[in-house]
This record gives sequence, structure tokens and C-alpha cells, in this order.
Amino acid sequence: MSIILDHVNYIYDADTAMAHTALKDVCLQIPDGQFIGLIGHTGSGKSTLIQHMNGLVKPTSGSVFFDGKDINDEDYDKKKLRAKVGLVFQYPEHQLFEVDCFSDVCFGPKNLGLSKKEVELRAYEALKQVGLPDEYFYQSPFDLSGGQKRRVAIAGVLAMKPDVLILDEPTAGLDPKGREEILGLIKKLHDTMGITVILVSHSMEDVADYVERIIVMNKGEVFLDGEPKKVFAYYEELEKIGLAAPQVTYVMQELSKAGIPVNTDVTTIKEAADEIMRVFG
Amino acid sequence: MLRDITLGQYYQTDSCIHRLDPRVKIMATLLFIISLFIIDNYIGYVVAAAFLVMAIKLSRVPVKFIFKGMKAIYMLLVITMVFNLFLTPGEPIFEFWVLKITREGIRTAILMGIRLVFLITGSSIMTLTTTPNQLTDGLEKLMNPLKRLHVPVHEIAMMMAIALRFIPILLEETDKIMKAQIARGADFESGSIMNRAKSLIPLLVPLFISAFRRANDLAMAMEARCYRGGEGRTKMKPLIYKKRDVIAYLIVILYMALCILLGKILF
Repeated sequence: MSIILDHVNYIYDADTAMAHTALKDVCLQIPDGQFIGLIGHTGSGKSTLIQHMNGLVKPTSGSVFFDGKDINDEDYDKKKLRAKVGLVFQYPEHQLFEVDCFSDVCFGPKNLGLSKKEVELRAYEALKQVGLPDEYFYQSPFDLSGGQKRRVAIAGVLAMKPDVLILDEPTAGLDPKGREEILGLIKKLHDTMGITVILVSHSMEDVADYVERIIVMNKGEVFLDGEPKKVFAYYEELEKIGLAAPQVTYVMQELSKAGIPVNTDVTTIKEAADEIMRVFG
Repeated sequence: MLRDITLGQYYQTDSCIHRLDPRVKIMATLLFIISLFIIDNYIGYVVAAAFLVMAIKLSRVPVKFIFKGMKAIYMLLVITMVFNLFLTPGEPIFEFWVLKITREGIRTAILMGIRLVFLITGSSIMTLTTTPNQLTDGLEKLMNPLKRLHVPVHEIAMMMAIALRFIPILLEETDKIMKAQIARGADFESGSIMNRAKSLIPLLVPLFISAFRRANDLAMAMEARCYRGGEGRTKMKPLIYKKRDVIAYLIVILYMALCILLGKILF
């Protein structure tokens, strides 16, 4: 079920004065079950990139393969692809439209042409997975709080049982508690269901604790790609393109510069604390 | 998909048409539209076409871009032409069952088609070369005399400015919601008319909600900055006619005179 992007280029408004390149020669391989953070500044092409992965946008040149097949072939079944590659957009709560949460979550599986029973089963399962309290199931989604609405919207995609779940800035506009809850939820989904997760964000802090691989985009190109430790080692380069490594990276680097023999490639606060404790014994 | 709609959009570039006073462009467009209804012979249309081509060339907007906007009115154009073709009474040249094509019908259909295309192209040149702000500034100034009749000129202009400003925002929003629903397996393109109308609900409900939300935000933002209508408001860039505006007016008047004369001489 892996996704492969082969020399993908994308140009917005080609042939006009406003033409600008959103993606430049992007080659990526996304194997099964990975938890990936896709990081980049606003306008770095992350949103365009993920829309290529489920065929919402067709590359100007280059190909996208899912499971070994070119998804932009004439006879490729895009509807099936979209069930396999679930995409949760930025502010997904803005797409809710039904009278109650449950029916809204039913929308996705219903579009797949499943039986009514199967649809409802999946909707129920998905709402349980995102941890929406039962009493909200039959309430209007518009009466819920921002964080709850977002859970419903994510459930709407989960109910399609995707193999790959892509989330575009799922924590945008949430308070720290809501942010942690949503990220924890995504982590749980990845661990229990074994699906591939791609988490788009512009904050390193957000993803550092969770992901096993980070892809950094800059001006439409893949700038860095690797384990968090390796990516954060380039913290000076990251700063140059307007991003930053997590704060613990800076603390460790400063300690190291001050002559304290700490290991600088830690990524989370807990690891950092353990490392400092180890050095000071 | 929705990015293709260029009707009413502004095209950023630098040309003498872009630099003209918006009032000139509004008046010129109005006169051009009137001229299309004065003209009723082919030579007149050649003159109108020449005027239009000149305006397009001077505006430096790619021709391709202007005609992309035509896609939006393509259906309207076809329907207008078909109705005129079949429903104009006159000397029949082709009859089949209840359908009858007349010489007059063909003539009207062609003229109507040309008229419609010119009309849209003419007004697109105005919107493509004038920012919404300039456009409403110009309108406000042009309608100023109506203030004496207690017409709320400033409010009308403000409403227009907001409406125009919201077009691209709502288009973008539509595009986003559409993509989000397609990602959830929605199908907007196939099925019977009933199904297709139904499939619009997941698009329209969020769109309306977002429009209301944005309108609410905007109203708050305006109130927070103490907006309370046009009374005593001054402009940062007041509109003042320059030499090029006078020249442009002269050209338009010449064109109008030519159109009226052509009608008189030939008939």
C-alpha cells in the first residue's frame, strides 16, 4: 500500500502571469505503517503535496503511484483510492453539513456504496475511536465545541477505513489541551490500527514527540527527509528557512557548547531530562 | 477546477488601461454596451470588434485569459442563439417538423451571439484591469450627484466592494469544501439531475455557514474600527482626472459617434 511520488512537479495557473511553481521535482517513498511529519513554512507546498497523494490534484509532470499503480491513469478508480488514502483537510470542521454528528460520519462510507448496516457500524466505530462521548452522537455538529467538531470531522474520514491517513494541520486553532488531545488521538490510531499517518504541520514541537520520520519542505522542494534526530541536527539550516527545531534541541546544543558532555540528538522533553540526569548522575 | 473562472477577476499587470481613472473605464464600458445595442449591421460590429481588440491589446491581459471567462457564459450563449435561431418569424429556409429556421432567425442568432460575447468581453476588460476597490471608488464618485436625492451612495458602493471582495474568497472556500467532500467519496459530476442536485447539499450547507461566519467577522472588524457609514469620510487616494483620462474619453466619444453615424448612413 505504499505511496511513491516520482519526479512530481506542479505549477499553479500555468500559462498566466500568476503562474508559480508549487512543487519542484518531488521524489518520495512512503512505506506502510510509518508515522510521518510533513513540515514546511506557509506556502512551501505541503498542502499541494498531500492533495497529490489521493488524486485531488494532478501533477503537471511526474507520476504518483499507489500500491504500484499510477493513480493518474485514465482507468484508475479514484473513488477507491480516496477510501484508501483518507485526507483530513485544514479546519475539517468547516465541511460538516448534516443534522447530527452520526449522519455526518455516515457520509463517507455511504459514498463507498456499502450496506446501511455496514455504514452505521463504521460510523459508530469511528466516533468511538475519536473518543466522542455518546451523548453527542445525535446532536447537531454545530452545537459542539471546536475540538469536538474536529473529532467528528476526523471520524468522518476514519469511517472510510483508510490505509493511509493524511491530516493537514489538525491542531490549527486549538488550545494546548485540545492540541494534545488530537495529537494523542492520532498517535493512538496509528498504534492500534497500524495505518500510515502523515501529519502536516509547521510546528516541529507538535510532531517531534510522535513521528518516526520528518519530511521538511521548502519552496516546493524536499529540503530534508529522515529521522527526527537527524533532521533536528540541521537546526541551523532549519532556522534559515524560517523553521525551528524543538526547544530541547537548543537547550542540549547550548549545554554541549558550554562543555557539558550531553548527547545532543534527543528530541523530546523526557529524553532530554533523562539525558541531563544521566550526565549529572 | 474553480480557479478557471475568470469572470470578474482582476489581472495584475501594468498597462495604460490599468492606469486609467476607474470612472473613465466605467463610463467607457457603459457606452460600449450601449453602442452594442445601437449597432444593427455587420460593419458596426467590425468597428466594435476593432475597438475591443485595441482595448485588449492596450490592457496587456493575455487573450487566452479573457476567453477563459467565456466558459462561464457558454451555456447562456448557446441557449440564446438556439432560441433566436428557431423562434424568429420570417422567411423560412429550412423546415423540419415543428422546427423552422428563417433567414431572419440566422441573422438575429449571429448578431445576438456576437453582441453577448462582446458584452462580456467588454465588461471583463473593465474588471480585469480595475481592482474592486478602484471600481467602487469610481462608482461612488460617479453616483455622487444622486446623494441629493437621498440615495445612500456610499452604502451602495460599500456593499458592492464587499460583494466583489467576497467572490474570490467564496470561490476558494467552495474549492476547498468540494475537495474535502470529494476526499470523502462525494461525487459531483455523475448521476441523474436529482442525484446531482442532492450531491450539492454537502457543498452548499458548509458554504452558507462559512459565508455567514465571514460576514459576521467582517461586521465585527468594521465596528471595531468605528465604521459608521460615509458621513465625513475622506479618501486616501482621491480620484483626479489626468491627461490620459481626457484622451481616453475622447477616443470613446469618437467611437460612439462612429457607431451612431454608421447606423444613420447605412439605413
